Amino acid sequence: MSTKPQNAKTQNAETPPLLKAESITVEYPVGAGLFGHGGSLRAVVDVDLTLAAGECHGLVGESGCGKSSLGRALLRLTDVTAGRIEFEGRDITHLSTRPLRPIRRRMQMIFQDPQASLNPRFTVAQAVAEPLIIHRLAPNRAARSRRVLELLKDVGLDEDLAGRFPHELSGGQRQRVGVARALAVDPSFIVADEPVSALDVSVQAQLLNLLEDLRSNRNLAFLFISHDLRVVRHLCDRVSVMYLGRIVERADTATLFEAPQHPYTQALLRALPSLEPGAPATDRLTGEVPSPLDPPRGCPFHPRCPVTERPETCFDTPPGLTTCGKNHQVACYAHPQYPS
Amino acid sequence: MGDHETSGPLLEVEDLSCEFLTEAGPARAVDEVSFTVARGETVGLVGESGCGKSATALALMGLLPHRAGRVAGGAIRFDGEEMLRLSEKRRRDLRGNRLAMVFQEPMTALNPVMVAGEQVAEVLRRHRDMSRKAAWEKTVSLFEDVGIPAPAQRVRDYPHQLSGGMRQRVVIAMAIACEPALLIADEPTTALDVTIQAQILELLRSLQLRTGLSILLITHDLGVVAQLCDRVLVMYAGQIVETAPVGALFEAPRHPYTVGLLRSMPRPGSGDRTRLPEIPGNVPPITARPTGCHFADRCDRTKARCQDHPPLLDALGPDHHARCHFPVTSPQD
Ligand SMILES: Nc1ncnc2c1ncn2[C@@H]1O[C@H](COP(=O)(O)OP(=O)(O)OP(=O)(O)O)[C@@H](O)[C@H]1O
Ligand SMILES: Nc1ncnc2c1ncn2[C@@H]1O[C@H](COP(=O)(O)OP(=O)(O)OP(=O)(O)O)[C@@H](O)[C@H]1O
Ligand code: SF4
Ligand SMILES: [Mg+2]
Ligand SMILES: [Mg+2]
Repeated sequence: MSTKPQNAKTQNAETPPLLKAESITVEYPVGAGLFGHGGSLRAVVDVDLTLAAGECHGLVGESGCGKSSLGRALLRLTDVTAGRIEFEGRDITHLSTRPLRPIRRRMQMIFQDPQASLNPRFTVAQAVAEPLIIHRLAPNRAARSRRVLELLKDVGLDEDLAGRFPHELSGGQRQRVGVARALAVDPSFIVADEPVSALDVSVQAQLLNLLEDLRSNRNLAFLFISHDLRVVRHLCDRVSVMYLGRIVERADTATLFEAPQHPYTQALLRALPSLEPGAPATDRLTGEVPSPLDPPRGCPFHPRCPVTERPETCFDTPPGLTTCGKNHQVACYAHPQYPS
Repeated sequence: MGDHETSGPLLEVEDLSCEFLTEAGPARAVDEVSFTVARGETVGLVGESGCGKSATALALMGLLPHRAGRVAGGAIRFDGEEMLRLSEKRRRDLRGNRLAMVFQEPMTALNPVMVAGEQVAEVLRRHRDMSRKAAWEKTVSLFEDVGIPAPAQRVRDYPHQLSGGMRQRVVIAMAIACEPALLIADEPTTALDVTIQAQILELLRSLQLRTGLSILLITHDLGVVAQLCDRVLVMYAGQIVETAPVGALFEAPRHPYTVGLLRSMPRPGSGDRTRLPEIPGNVPPITARPTGCHFADRCDRTKARCQDHPPLLDALGPDHHARCHFPVTSPQD
């Protein structure tokens, strides 16, 4: 029924991708009695994703559409219900904890909620040292403290903060501790879940420049989850737009921002608040925001879709991704390139 | 008690200072901050991470962490009442009612073992003498107002079952439940995608029209500032370094920090994937704040005078103030 997307061709065919995820589905059990037909909530539905070393792939979309769930699943921090994940040429979909451990070092997550992801009993220095200890990355205590200070400096945290506990930091300082922890183990792939959302733009600029350096000097790859479209446009090579668990559009960054094809992407770009004070408000999406607890039949976007001339299939079957240009895919029946 | 003044600003903050207890002794996180918020006005508070925005907000709410933090001086007048002299009971009555806050990290504001809707309903029952049933119905409609899909089901979810952005919206629903006179919102829309953000901003605007709500908006999203705020306060290392009407701040920023801040913003066409302009260095920690201008170490205009003499917040134009010995005069300057 759905057209399978082709793998992103950002690298030439010979180099194997760093990460290759196929048909990832993530479901969460939901409490019985909550819902008549209860059972499970599908947070991620049939998502494919390929990343080359050194690539930065942006993931944007509605709050609650499944971005964090997808990110966690790729790192095996959440169970995948279906699909296959290959990392550095190896199938890791069902690896158990022990063989997974050395691989864990190569793939890291910067968590969305810094408060919840930091141990309240660890000082900043202890939090950053922990991954170094777990993965035995420093020969001795002195080398470890040196490395910790270096990492703090990289993320723009003053040495004076090393002895503080998380609750004694500001929101943006906590967020940077999370970034330092992820960088500590020298990974090849990072899922960065809103890594700069709590930072003012000047600190954000420092951190984005740091990520860009890591990418160009150490070939680090990122799945960069963000609501900040300006940041995504600045940093990413490719962007996927997610809606209610599915990828609805995927393209090279410039193409996506200059010629968005999916009506949701178009609405998203229109809703970006202008930097001109008093700019006229743009027209906004109307209609009910759907819930993954009770997803609409047909295209997940149809209850809010502004397209007037829509084929019947919109209300019936979810569209798959189809190629609509160079490196560009969209999942919309109303698109002229959609095969009928 | 009870009768509210109707003239004069809703909130007046005068020389407010806050301290935190650190290993090195008490240190000043907020340093003699003064500002006002008029009735129906939206004031933005922006500035470097760690500069004291949340601490200022917590002080206004009377929620600085016990023992670790305290108000070290100054006055806060809210609706004619001297907040710092009120009994804890009176402040509790105001909180969540006339004075509400959206916290920066929603998880900290939510009780993990109580379903989300119950937490909002509780606020309504406490301050609004509502029956269980009425409070629950109002909660469902508040969930709908903030754009939570399937509100009637979601009210029964525990916080960990909600996505980051949904939790954020629950916290917003809780804050506006009692139609406060002043809403202090600490990064209220950062966890939301821009279509939902637009919806929340619209909701705040319509509340403002209907109830005359005043907003103190803490955010690093300069687009949101441009769209929602009337006036902006820029904070750096504990102090207000610039305040101006929103138009003037974006068009003609006077403080070198504000200029740097506006410049660090990624903009399309600024050459994608190139380095963003940075302000070199880091903000000084509260334990080591300079004696002169707090920005002197990072400033490209700094001269000897900046190191020894703390600049004052000088009036430079209509409703425009900056704390700088050598303020910027034009964008090319
Ligand atoms: N542990 C869980 N149990 C049940 N449902 C969950 C769980 N974690 C997430 N969900 C649900 O799965 C869906 C996707 O959540 P996810 O956190 O992946 O969204 P997101 O795209 O990261 O959103 P946001 O931008 O708000 O962070 C949401 O409906 C959420 O309520
Ligand atoms: N409990 C505490 N003990 C010691 N210092 C603290 C404590 N809480 C906050 N601080 C310090 O006080 C300063 C101000 O913190 P605050 O949370 O107000 O910053 P902020 O401006 O809100 O920053 P952000 O934009 O990152 O949220 C920071 O430098 C922080 O490290
Ligand atoms: S007072 Fe001096 S150091 Fe401070 S901002 Fe102005 S020019 Fe720069
Ligand atoms: Mg998330
Ligand atoms: Mg803060």
